[in-house]
Amino acid sequence: MKFQIEDVTVYFPYDHIYPEQYQYMLELKRALDARGHCLLEMPTGTGKTAALLSLITSYSLAHPSNPLKLLYCTRTVHEMEKTLAELRRLLPYLPPQTRLLALGLSSRKNLCVNPAALSSPSRDSVDSACRRLTASWVRSLAAERPPGAIETCSFFEAFDQAASGGPDAVMLPPGVYTLQDLRAIGREKGWCPYFLARQLIRYANVVVYSYQYLLDPKVAGVISREMQRECVVVFDEAHNIDNVCIEALSVSVRKQTLDGATRNLNRISQEIDRFKATDAGKLRAEYNRLVEGLAQRGNLPMTDSWLANPALPDDILKEAVPGNIRKAEHFLSVLRRLVQYLKGRLQTEHVETEVPVAFVSSVNSHAGIDQKMLKFCYDRLHSLMLTLEITDTDDFLHIQTICDFATLVGTYTRGFSIIIEPYDERMPHIPDPVLQLSCHDASLAIKPVFDRFQSVVITSGTLSPIDLYPRLLNFNPVISRSFTMSLTRDCICPMVLTRGSDQLPVSTKFDMRSDPGVVRNYGRLLLEMVAAIPDGIVCFFVSYSYMDGIVNSWNEMGILQDVMQHKLVFIETQDVVETTLALDNYRKACDCGRGAVFFSVARGKVAEGIDFDRHYGRLVIMFGVPFQYTLSRILLARLEYLRDTFQIKEGDFLTFDALRQAAQCVGRVIRSKADYGMMIFADKRYSRHDKRSKLPGWILSHLRDAHLNLSTDMALHIAREFLRRMAQPYDKTGGTGKKTLLSQEDLENMTDATLEMF
Amino acid sequence: MEMITMVAKYKTSVKEPGIPGVLKMMEDRFVFAPNDPRLSMKLNVDFRQIKGHKFSKDGSKQALLNLTQDPEKGGGYIFEFNNFPDRNACRDFVGKVLGRFQTAEKPPASQQSEQLSTKELERRMKLLTEDSELQNLHKQLVASGILMDSEFWAARKSLLDNDNYGAPKQRAGFKSAMLADVKPLADGRTNKVTFSLTAETIHQIFAEKPAVHRAFLTYVPTKMSEKDFWTKYCRAEYLHKTKNSVAAAAEAAEDEELAIFLKHDDILADEIRRKIQRVDPTLDMEADLGDDYMHRPDHGILRDGSKETVEGDNEFSRRTLSQDLNRHGSVVLEGRTLDVELGDTRTVAEALARSKQGLSTENSDENVHMEKSERVCRMTEIEDLQAPRSFPVAPLCIKDPREYFDSQQANALKTLGDNGTGMKPMDCNLSAEEAWIYLIGQISQVKVRGFNHPVVQSEAALKVLNGLNQNLSSTKYQFGKNSQESVLDRLPRKIKDDLLNHWSTIQELLRHFWSSYPITTEHLSKKVGRLKDAMTEIYVKLQEIKESVQGDFRHQVSLLVQPMVQALDAAFAYHDNEQQKRVSKGGVKPNGFVL
Repeated sequence: MKFQIEDVTVYFPYDHIYPEQYQYMLELKRALDARGHCLLEMPTGTGKTAALLSLITSYSLAHPSNPLKLLYCTRTVHEMEKTLAELRRLLPYLPPQTRLLALGLSSRKNLCVNPAALSSPSRDSVDSACRRLTASWVRSLAAERPPGAIETCSFFEAFDQAASGGPDAVMLPPGVYTLQDLRAIGREKGWCPYFLARQLIRYANVVVYSYQYLLDPKVAGVISREMQRECVVVFDEAHNIDNVCIEALSVSVRKQTLDGATRNLNRISQEIDRFKATDAGKLRAEYNRLVEGLAQRGNLPMTDSWLANPALPDDILKEAVPGNIRKAEHFLSVLRRLVQYLKGRLQTEHVETEVPVAFVSSVNSHAGIDQKMLKFCYDRLHSLMLTLEITDTDDFLHIQTICDFATLVGTYTRGFSIIIEPYDERMPHIPDPVLQLSCHDASLAIKPVFDRFQSVVITSGTLSPIDLYPRLLNFNPVISRSFTMSLTRDCICPMVLTRGSDQLPVSTKFDMRSDPGVVRNYGRLLLEMVAAIPDGIVCFFVSYSYMDGIVNSWNEMGILQDVMQHKLVFIETQDVVETTLALDNYRKACDCGRGAVFFSVARGKVAEGIDFDRHYGRLVIMFGVPFQYTLSRILLARLEYLRDTFQIKEGDFLTFDALRQAAQCVGRVIRSKADYGMMIFADKRYSRHDKRSKLPGWILSHLRDAHLNLSTDMALHIAREFLRRMAQPYDKTGGTGKKTLLSQEDLENMTDATLEMF
Repeated sequence: MEMITMVAKYKTSVKEPGIPGVLKMMEDRFVFAPNDPRLSMKLNVDFRQIKGHKFSKDGSKQALLNLTQDPEKGGGYIFEFNNFPDRNACRDFVGKVLGRFQTAEKPPASQQSEQLSTKELERRMKLLTEDSELQNLHKQLVASGILMDSEFWAARKSLLDNDNYGAPKQRAGFKSAMLADVKPLADGRTNKVTFSLTAETIHQIFAEKPAVHRAFLTYVPTKMSEKDFWTKYCRAEYLHKTKNSVAAAAEAAEDEELAIFLKHDDILADEIRRKIQRVDPTLDMEADLGDDYMHRPDHGILRDGSKETVEGDNEFSRRTLSQDLNRHGSVVLEGRTLDVELGDTRTVAEALARSKQGLSTENSDENVHMEKSERVCRMTEIEDLQAPRSFPVAPLCIKDPREYFDSQQANALKTLGDNGTGMKPMDCNLSAEEAWIYLIGQISQVKVRGFNHPVVQSEAALKVLNGLNQNLSSTKYQFGKNSQESVLDRLPRKIKDDLLNHWSTIQELLRHFWSSYPITTEHLSKKVGRLKDAMTEIYVKLQEIKESVQGDFRHQVSLLVQPMVQALDAAFAYHDNEQQKRVSKGGVKPNGFVL
């Protein structure tokens, strides 16, 4: 359908539209008009992605003089696929002369088609296998030698050949390209899909990639450097964005890291000696280049660049590298001293916590390395490795980690702390010293994004309380709004279950979680539900260890066998491959009517991005409140920082964090208003007002008072009633009262005044 | 070829003493050789000449068997046996042989007994064995001669339809229960533990643990016996269960066969690698791992409690319960691809290996890619914003409907009983007054508007309503408020079964009865006669049941029986009426009408 929002003609890929989608587009359009950032919370199951893509694409079509580019960031690769699929649906609804190029971008591991490189197991090894075949010095060497003597990548060579004819020579026809499509094209034309994609993102109208390509400075420097200011950046499913930000700037150093780094340094020193003997000119050239400053670094061939410097402010790039690390040997000895110093620090018997300033001054006094030298470590190492023509970068991960650490510590004076722990809190008998540089301030990593791009949209189904995010991320949204859901019928049914079938309270509180009575009550709950509810059921547990424990207990009690009488059981494990297959099978079981239960972990990978909509999830049970591990030093340090800087109380933050995870888990059951699902929060703590009130509004508005304090039998009764009600036919448009489904006609008849009602 | 040999005396008449000798009966002939080789009294008779056989009663003076050549003339071959069991054995044999000859010789008599191919017969047999109810009916009606076989099947053409037959038969898959997870049983006194493996369990073990399957194929029976193999397997399982990794490693080091069971399953790992290539891209979390710059070693937050340290995986790293569960689920979903009977382990193992080979030829990548992207597209749609799509439907196939629905109901009742508070109170929370007001409202509405389309005549409707009301009120009086239970459930089991049985028989008979009119052939009129007799029989039986029931139930049963009796009465009345008409018409027979 096609309709007007103020001055923009919006192309929407469906015949009808939900009123909240219309509202959402309206707010988004105003934010784009204002060229500001916005924060929008809209419940799952209201077609957020479709609305977003449709509006932004239409907006840029309406302003052809200044076309907007859309950078769409997803948490995971499979969400990327989903987004691209939605975009593909939109294509035929756009005006015919539209030339829209959209593509997904991922790492070499997901895009490479060269069988030799692809056989490597991990991402890092694929990267370095690629570099071994495509690095500029390898290629120039191959050009000198007879063909075949030095192995190169035929796909890259073919692409390079084609690309030398200008960017148009490798341009793909307009369309939507998923990773799979890119690979298929790569195979067909013999071009390297990865470098093709890297080339194309400059010209594409829509780029879909992972958060890290913008947030992680190591990656962002390479991939997103060329993006212009006229971009709309969308962070979808952004409820965890603060965690992504702080993870991007956190580094930990362990004993293995230091040992590995020592080995790396020895290798580098051999290389330096070799070069001195054979090719001293190169080292001298590097020295000269460094005297002129790092700015030179910009024009490296595309294949040589690797993860760039972490979050260096722009002006640093223009500064010259300090004189005392310009010479390779000098730099090497600085690194040796640093590693030695860190080794000494690791040999502590107590937990130590320090701020970066104190740490830097301690490094200075003990190892003679000043703050400026630390700051340049990462870049200096990069330059050195390029000069030494090292291709197997995956062997040098350890020394990279050390330099990364050094640079971060040298760059930031606040928002970080350094924590040295001699052993894991939960396993005190096993010595495993670790030095962690942990970031507490999410705004540090995202600041460059807010500064660089004209509009940043942060959206998710769960952003409650919505006023907390601007504080955590330190930005001023022009629009920040939380939408509720207009429902045709009560298609979601949240319940709080506080007691088991024997009327005793259930909880995952630390003192109760291992109580066999609670375990049995949870088991009985599941058993009753699998017998009553068709198709798929998803269970979320608070942690892997808790899930393992309770599943084993259920197995011993015979509850698991009883559950399997009704449904097949699949479990998320820490092994992603296994989990992926388990999910695939789970869907098959739901498709074929056999029905299945999926056991998963809140904060796990499944909870982050897998939808359990329609028959894939008719019920979600959240066993317990997914609090973070509160004894963790890092968490404590972060809480302290939040309290001091943003005046956020520890308890508030922990509850907020736990409840957003819980809401996220249960929110995955709804896809549209025709869908329906139940949500059981099985813990007595959910009945307390301070906990419950942190849930997003669209859940709270459906949580009836009568459903706040249920026992298993009552929950079962409600579930049966609910399913029976959902089985009745209903009027999709919402009947005579409030319209919940608008057709084009409805929209045209509508004035702004009536719209405000929704 | 069957053969029977007995000591017997041959006589030409009953009174004679007889010649002792040996009687040998074969499938096509019988031979009598006297004990005294001098006598020339040898018999060698073809069974085709024998038309019938007679025998003396058990317990009478002599154990006789008379094989008659011509029923009218009498006489034949008379044999006296030493005792009755011997005689009976021979009698039965003769009966069998003669029966076979008779059926074979019988000419294709009536047009009804069509020539059936063996395939057709097999199909019917299969239907009968699959449906117990049908089998019962068949036994009652066909075996007792009321209906001919062809008549019985003619009414069930749809069942025999090729289409139906050609449709994939429902195949039982794996049980959802984890059989492969064998639990040891300890007897409590000694340290001995017992594992018990059934054929089904073994099949599941083979399917879920390809390494065990491979080991079985290579080692049994060349290297070790089957028993040894399973003993070793159970031993390994026990070690695994006790979570004693040290002992497991030690044992494995000593015994390389045992080690196979404890090691990682490499076939499984291969399979997983293959499958992950074809997984739905919207689920593929492995791709994230490849995109994840955050979780490279030593980056990100290490010890915040959300990530847990994974145990180092050595060669004997433990299989976890989760892995077993996931594996089990996937095997169950793949379904049982074997067609062999479970039983012999070796054949099962080989059949499984064959079916796996068949699987490995898969369709091309191109198709898979297309399919995948189509699927993703479908998944991303928001269904209620657009016109519904129509999906192809697969017909529901329930093997034994009665059993299925009965068990469903029983389950529902059971769960209701379990939680005490059922649905019952919800249904009757209208007070009498409210109900009355509601009804009055409805009635007045009807009065104003009237019925637009009277589906039934109002008098008929009233009659039915009254009848139902009476039934309901009396039933309610009998059982109180428990609406969930049906009357049948309260009756003694025998009576309930009988009633149901009769009901289905009556239905069948009536169907045939009514379809026989108008009577155009002699065959039909005979059939009607037979049907009428059978119905009369059942009528009597129904009366008997009614009378046999005691006190309270009597009324209930009579209520249940009433409709059946009514239906039968209607049939009888019609039959008599027709009969009279025909008699009155006398000799004037319109064309084709036969008495």
